[in-house]
Amino acid sequence: MYDAIMAETISITGHGGDQIEAYYARPLGPGPFGGVVVIHHMPGYDPQAKEITRTFAVNGHNAICPNLYTREAPGASPDDAAATARARGGVPDERLVGDVGAAVAFLRAVPNSNGKAGTIGYCSGGRQSFLAAVSLPLDAAVDCYGAFVVGNPPAGWPLKAGPIVALTRNLSCPLLGLFGAEDSRPSPEQVQALEQELKARGKTYEFHSYDGAGHAFFAVNRPSYRPEAANDGWNRIWDFFGRYLAA
Amino acid sequence: MCTYQTEQIKVAGSGKGTVGWFGLTDATVYYDHPVHAPAEHSLNIDFLNPGQGPSARVAVELTAESARALAKAIEAALASVPAERR
Repeated sequence: MYDAIMAETISITGHGGDQIEAYYARPLGPGPFGGVVVIHHMPGYDPQAKEITRTFAVNGHNAICPNLYTREAPGASPDDAAATARARGGVPDERLVGDVGAAVAFLRAVPNSNGKAGTIGYCSGGRQSFLAAVSLPLDAAVDCYGAFVVGNPPAGWPLKAGPIVALTRNLSCPLLGLFGAEDSRPSPEQVQALEQELKARGKTYEFHSYDGAGHAFFAVNRPSYRPEAANDGWNRIWDFFGRYLAA
Repeated sequence: MCTYQTEQIKVAGSGKGTVGWFGLTDATVYYDHPVHAPAEHSLNIDFLNPGQGPSARVAVELTAESARALAKAIEAALASVPAERR
């Protein structure tokens, strides 16, 4: 099988007509391919987020990771950009939906697209993947340990992110949730509350919670990495996107 | 989740970052996932000058124990200075 990929930094027109940076990776075979928007974690548009984006291309998806901090910190290193965005309370929800919507439109319009597109996000991006899926017409969405889908940040935190579980009724696509049983944000109780709401609304979903794993168990460059959970999680992702983003 | 309580203060002084020396105007102190330190969480301090952009930043990530030791050392160093020189 021909397995070449191409990965590069591009610019797309995001929320409000703003030009935002994005990392775009795609297979060079004829396709057609489904598309995946990778929503980076709160530490930013870093080398690991780009590696994840390339991994989707290697596995037969067009993938794009918008730099959600382009506006706050154009050209800055990822950690400096993340520190700036963090101090300002993160990415506003409306802007996130605009940027992800633009990335989805981009993926559906590329010549080798099969017309299908989904999202995956990690950490704050997990919540944002859910937010995109209740705000935009998508074909699949993956939430990796996103906090504050259920529940509020504690008083005094700078993070501007409120609960969005009430929007579950608007969920436009199947949802895969991957969580650490030892995570506190989201806690197992919050994951359960989201699952109850999905069930009550008759939505298609699949949740997996891993014992021995906490927050950020996919992060290979951090002590939170849990290979057993991450390896199984990747298999769940390939199975899920294989079903819902295939031609 | 990544964002914990953040202390933000105004400071006066200078710091040396990737852009060389620059004047400091702000500092943030927070306990969160580090970028580089080999720990699940660390006490992070950013010395900043937002007026000069996001790259005007000096960052440190310390274990909680180290951060407490640093706070004590700062107090001790200042306490040892004659009052007329502070």
